[in-house]
Amino acid sequence: MIKVNFFAALREALNCNETQLEVNEPVTVEQARLLLIESNPSWAKSLTNNSLLTAVNQELVQDDFIVNPNDELAFFPPVTGG
Amino acid sequence: MSTNIPNDRIVIQTADFDHGDEVNLLESDNNEDGAVVTFCGRVRNNNLGLDVKGLTLEHYPGMTEKSLQNIVNTAREKWSLGRVTVIHRVGKLLIGEQIVFVGVTCKHRGDAFAANEFIMDFLKVKAPFWKKELTNQGEKWLDAKSSDTNKAQEWKSE
Repeated sequence: MIKVNFFAALREALNCNETQLEVNEPVTVEQARLLLIESNPSWAKSLTNNSLLTAVNQELVQDDFIVNPNDELAFFPPVTGG
Repeated sequence: MSTNIPNDRIVIQTADFDHGDEVNLLESDNNEDGAVVTFCGRVRNNNLGLDVKGLTLEHYPGMTEKSLQNIVNTAREKWSLGRVTVIHRVGKLLIGEQIVFVGVTCKHRGDAFAANEFIMDFLKVKAPFWKKELTNQGEKWLDAKSSDTNKAQEWKSE
C-alpha cells in the first residue's frame, strides 16, 4: 500500500487530499500516476498536467523514481511560498 | 558560539513572529559574528493588477521542514555561517502581515548577504508552500513565477 497525498490547487481539483494505492511491488512514479487514473478516470486531466511536482517520502523526485509499498507519495503544483 | 542556542532555527507556524526577538536570538551570546542579515517578506495589497485582500498559505507538513533544512544545509556547505533562522507562517494572512523571516549571521557581511538571498531563492522554488490569494475577483491559487525558477537556477551556474 502506498499513501498518496495531494496539495493546493490539485487537491481542490481532485476534491481529495489523501488516498491509497493498493500495490505490493515497487512501481515508478509514472506507473503510480497511471494506476491512480485507472481507478479515478476523472483525475486524468489534472494528474497529467506536466507542471506537477512529485515527492516520495517528502523528497522531490522525477517520474522514473521507484516508489515502494509503504512509501509516501505526493503530487502538487509548483510551489509559491515566501 | 554558545551551546544552548542551536545554530539552525526552522519554524513553521500560524502565529506572527517578532522581528526584534528573532534578531536578539541571532545575536545573543554570539560574539564571533560581525554580520547579521535578515529578510522579512510581507503580504502586499496588490498582485498582477488586482487588489489583494489577504491570502491563505497551505504547506506539506513534514516535507516543509525537511526541505528548509536541506536548503540551510546547502547554504552551510557554500558559506561559513553562524546562526540561521527560517520562519514561515501558514494559514490565513492579512495585508501587511509578515509571511517569512530569514536571518543569517556570519563573520563578514558578504557571506551573510549571499546566504540569506540563497536561502530565500531556494525556499521560493523548493519548499512546499502554496499561496491562495483573496482578491476583489475571488479566490485564486497563485501561479509559480518563471523569474523565481531562473533566480534559483543562477546559483547553480556559479
